[in-house]
Amino acid sequence: MPPDKPTAASNVSLTRRAWAIRRNALLMGEVQGQGYIGQALGVADVLAVTHFHALTYRPGDPEWEGRDRFYLSIGHYAIALYSAMIEAGLLPEDELETYGMDDSRLPMSGMAAYTPGMEITGGSLGHGLGIAVGAALGLKRKGNPAFVYNMMSDGELGEGSTWEAVMSAVQWQLDNLVCVVDFNNQQADGPTTQALATGTEAPKWEAFGWHAQEVDGNDLDALVQAFDTARALPDPRPRVIICHTRMCKGVPFLEDREITHFIRVEPDEWAKARAILDAEVPT
Amino acid sequence: MTQELIPPHSRRGSKYAARTVPVSETGERLTTSAMIASLDAEGRATVAAPFGHALVDLAKFRDDIVGLTADLSKYTDLHVFAKAYPEKFYQMGMAEQVMISAAAGLAREGFTPFATTYAVFASRRAYDFICMAIAEENLPVKIVCALPGLTTGYGPSHQATEDLAIMRGMPNLTVIDPCDAIDIDQATRAIADHPGPVYMRLLRGAVPKVLDAYDYRFEIGKARLLRDGGDVLFVSSGFMTMRALDAAENLAQEGISCAVLHSPTIKPLDATTITAEAAKGGRLVVTAENHSITGGLGEAVAGALMRAGVHTPFRQIALPDEFLDAGALPTLHDQYGLSVAAVTASVKSWLAA
Repeated sequence: MPPDKPTAASNVSLTRRAWAIRRNALLMGEVQGQGYIGQALGVADVLAVTHFHALTYRPGDPEWEGRDRFYLSIGHYAIALYSAMIEAGLLPEDELETYGMDDSRLPMSGMAAYTPGMEITGGSLGHGLGIAVGAALGLKRKGNPAFVYNMMSDGELGEGSTWEAVMSAVQWQLDNLVCVVDFNNQQADGPTTQALATGTEAPKWEAFGWHAQEVDGNDLDALVQAFDTARALPDPRPRVIICHTRMCKGVPFLEDREITHFIRVEPDEWAKARAILDAEVPT
Repeated sequence: MTQELIPPHSRRGSKYAARTVPVSETGERLTTSAMIASLDAEGRATVAAPFGHALVDLAKFRDDIVGLTADLSKYTDLHVFAKAYPEKFYQMGMAEQVMISAAAGLAREGFTPFATTYAVFASRRAYDFICMAIAEENLPVKIVCALPGLTTGYGPSHQATEDLAIMRGMPNLTVIDPCDAIDIDQATRAIADHPGPVYMRLLRGAVPKVLDAYDYRFEIGKARLLRDGGDVLFVSSGFMTMRALDAAENLAQEGISCAVLHSPTIKPLDATTITAEAAKGGRLVVTAENHSITGGLGEAVAGALMRAGVHTPFRQIALPDEFLDAGALPTLHDQYGLSVAAVTASVKSWLAA
């Protein structure tokens, strides 16, 4: 294992990492009593693979020049990313209880100025991929072999700026850029596939000139394979991994609930959800 | 019949009435002039592409400087830089949002990007990206935009009459409206050294040179008194400083003494100098800007004076709060009050009132 992937060298399985991310997210969700817990539970497996398999970084040195850049375009997924960063040792676990509170370093929507290791300010959707294009150009200018990973949502596929960035990445042959799309088919007003994303996203990205993979975003083995492929690909295309995830994955009674963008969780249900996770702690 | 919508200051008649070829008093055809180049050049020395050449100079010693454009390098003088340093130049295509975002990404990686387009496209189309990808993180991206205010006869699609109002509203952003080739050259160098984001208006092509006749040096956040006078205090920015200087000459011949305070930095405004000059009293304060009367230099100055408790007679030379007509620039500048003759006449009428 490369020296700057200390977490990948450990005996802790990705299954356990994903479990810990879900558990951290539930604890943070409970602090506010509501939040983007559906997205966090859904994307936990993807983040287990990015932060404990794919990315190179140093937990004690978030500004290290050799790190892979991880851009969270979807600011409201901060709860998920904080959960992964806490598990990775990038953020202290005891700050978890400050989530979304006054003076917290963990605001509801992720911002670079608040959180060490949070690379960009997300939240105005359709921004991350364009910034990632510039960062990928910058890394190439410097001869820095690091990669830029931009995590975005399926809803952001509706933003015109996303497609400007898609075309630009091809124009500049950004083979150091990996776009990760969390496709949970849920945006604020309803299913994404009933808005602007049609469900045929991979052929669309391919037609634009990207290397596109579509995977079950809750299948750790499939994700590992997809991220390995994206990294090792010997051609000059930018890469996209479209991850089909299930909102609230891992907590069956929430998975079965009528899924919305901002899911309702009753006060007593947080402990119930945690108990479900705690009943089966992976090794 | 549907009413035709014609704003109050328009020369437009009915679009259903046929027209004949317009000619000037000297019999020349009046054609639409798209560029500021030559607008103020009559009788003045000009400098070719001062922004492009200043950037080339800077890049000789600074590897961090890169240039980006959204298909408008030729019309923002960035082609000079692109030719000198093709490896430092990014043609981003007709895509302002990714140009601005990519500039932010390059700045994150330690570069100092100069991104160019027209002022309308930066301020209207790319606003959210300038705001969140650049200004909120205080990244050192320099957005340099041609066709500010009324410097094209193409009509509202290209006339950035409200760009200063838009950009002034953005925290962290420094906003510059330079006057001439001297100002542009010096401002380009100054903003390259400035650690934060900047929006700068640009005159391109053959740009008149005026400020070399004065003891002038550009400094971010500083207004400079170019000329003193006892009856009127012009506070001006952009090419309206040239107009104010010319109007001051005209008015001097009629016994009206005008001071001209050039304030190329719109934000942060040099409130100290402006209020100190205005507080001297006994003068009509006249702001002059190539911008809508709403939200630009004039209202910035008015706010500074009010906050400082300086109560002085005050008038604004500015464009009306309207979508402007298409046409030849000299016609439009007369029509909307920006020409030297119109400025001179306005001041005389205000003093006579």
